[in-house]
Amino acid sequence: METAAYSADLSAIWLTLKLATVVTALLLVIGTPIAWWLARTSSAFKGMVGAVVALPLVLPPTVLGFYLLITMGPHGAVGQLTQSLGLGLLPFTFPGLVIASVFYSLPFVVQPIQNAFEAIGERPLEVAATLRASPWDAFWSVAVPLAKPGFLSGAILGFAHTVGEFGIVLMIGGNIPDKTRVVSVQIYDHVEALEYAQAHWLAGGMVVFSFAVLLGLYTFNPARRKNT
Amino acid sequence: MNTEIKARFRVDRSDFALDVDLSLPGRGITALFGHSGSGKTTCLRAMAGLERASAGYFALGDEVWQDESRGHFIPVHRRALGVVFQEASLFPHLSVRGNMEFGLKRKTTGTTRFSLPEIAELLGIAHLLNRSPDQLSGGERQRVAIARALLAAPKILLMDEPLAALDLKRKLEILPYLERLHSELAIPIIYVSHAPDEVARLADHLVLLDAGRVVASGALNQVLSRIDLPATFADDAGVVIEATVAEHEVDDLTRLEFPGGAIYVSRRHEPVGTPLRCRIHARDVSLTLLPQMQSSILNCVSASVVDLAPTDTPGHVLVKLDVTGEPLLARITRRSAEKLEIRPGLALRAQIKAVALLA
Repeated sequence: METAAYSADLSAIWLTLKLATVVTALLLVIGTPIAWWLARTSSAFKGMVGAVVALPLVLPPTVLGFYLLITMGPHGAVGQLTQSLGLGLLPFTFPGLVIASVFYSLPFVVQPIQNAFEAIGERPLEVAATLRASPWDAFWSVAVPLAKPGFLSGAILGFAHTVGEFGIVLMIGGNIPDKTRVVSVQIYDHVEALEYAQAHWLAGGMVVFSFAVLLGLYTFNPARRKNT
Repeated sequence: MNTEIKARFRVDRSDFALDVDLSLPGRGITALFGHSGSGKTTCLRAMAGLERASAGYFALGDEVWQDESRGHFIPVHRRALGVVFQEASLFPHLSVRGNMEFGLKRKTTGTTRFSLPEIAELLGIAHLLNRSPDQLSGGERQRVAIARALLAAPKILLMDEPLAALDLKRKLEILPYLERLHSELAIPIIYVSHAPDEVARLADHLVLLDAGRVVASGALNQVLSRIDLPATFADDAGVVIEATVAEHEVDDLTRLEFPGGAIYVSRRHEPVGTPLRCRIHARDVSLTLLPQMQSSILNCVSASVVDLAPTDTPGHVLVKLDVTGEPLLARITRRSAEKLEIRPGLALRAQIKAVALLA
């Protein structure tokens, strides 16, 4: 009994870390071009795109989860697409959870990277161009290295935020052991079942983890260098 | 081979308009001089292609980099140019060497006249190669920026007030390096500045810009000695003389010779035969009709009046003189001009009270 409960906890922790890692990696890939575009564009759509990216900051996760559930469900557009591709339905699966988490954590990754890109300014990229670097080359050899603190913050925040989500997981993932039952849901289950000792173990672990992440973020993230 | 630089740009912004049409020599230093807002930086940026003028044409010899009449525009990174900005703008994530290698590694055409160690030596930064940019002084940073630009094998070097962000001491420290570049580089340099001293010291060709238009463009002295221009150099009106050290005399004076005659300055350390550029301010030249035997002013040359023009102060006039083919300016009071009956053609003596040596 005791062992089985702990193995369920460990499974939830493992699933949570896997989810957060996959989501963070995806967010860096998806978020970087969005952040670059937002930082450099003078397009009229900038405000709109920025607002859409930031929506998860203010919306209750249940709202986002509800719409994603509908869209990915059997009658939703995405649901019909995945079914016709023979992939089945995404809700209540790990990939579904990943997609929902990507939306939910997007602003936490995009915004620090966007701020870092904006802080670089035009000049280093102009200098790179005068030294024969194509825009693509300059992006990798100048913009990305100079925005490193932003990438670090974005990755850490995205990871930590994904670890800490609950509402959207319940809406999209449900509570399936080994597939979608992450730590936050597991804690909820323990409390529901009045297993306070186990809830303490996981909840305390989350507090320590979150604190360590934020402490690391605020301590080691180098202050932005002055222009040289 | 045609090396002439052709630059025509028209930029229309709500608050500013630039309209220039320039033919510049394909060698030496051309200064774009003007007050802030005159359009000199915009002009330089348009030349570099950092700003795309809607109506623009830019050619370096036979290479046309921009010709909007046929929609032709080569992006900055495919142009064999070097740009040095007011702030050195070194990449903070790279070492000094990393910065210098940035363009060196990416250049596709042309051979650099200098290797990295040579250019580091020329600019006095060889001992800094492994440092990080934030460990350098302002002057050192700017020298690294110049070296970095040169290593990318540019066919033209564009400099946007490279000394403006430096204090006087750093400026004086960097000027000799710029002069060295001047004599060792075969490529043209376009040098934006609003400092008359820098222009007088470095430029061979001078373009005066005002409110986005070209007021004058020509050989340095030819433009400096024009008295019909609005008071661009104002209080600093004067000419530049290319002289040669002729003799060090016993009483601690050095005789310099220039096409218009000889002038004496305090003893110089340069050996005989060294070319020296000096500047004679109009305010330091006075005029006399007869040779003055009882004057303490040593430098006195025969001249004839070419023309005279009012200055920005009503009590003074500017007199343009011809000293055996060399122009000279004198700023005297209107009263003196009337008393001496200064008029074109009049032969007289010009007394030079001070000579500023630009080295």
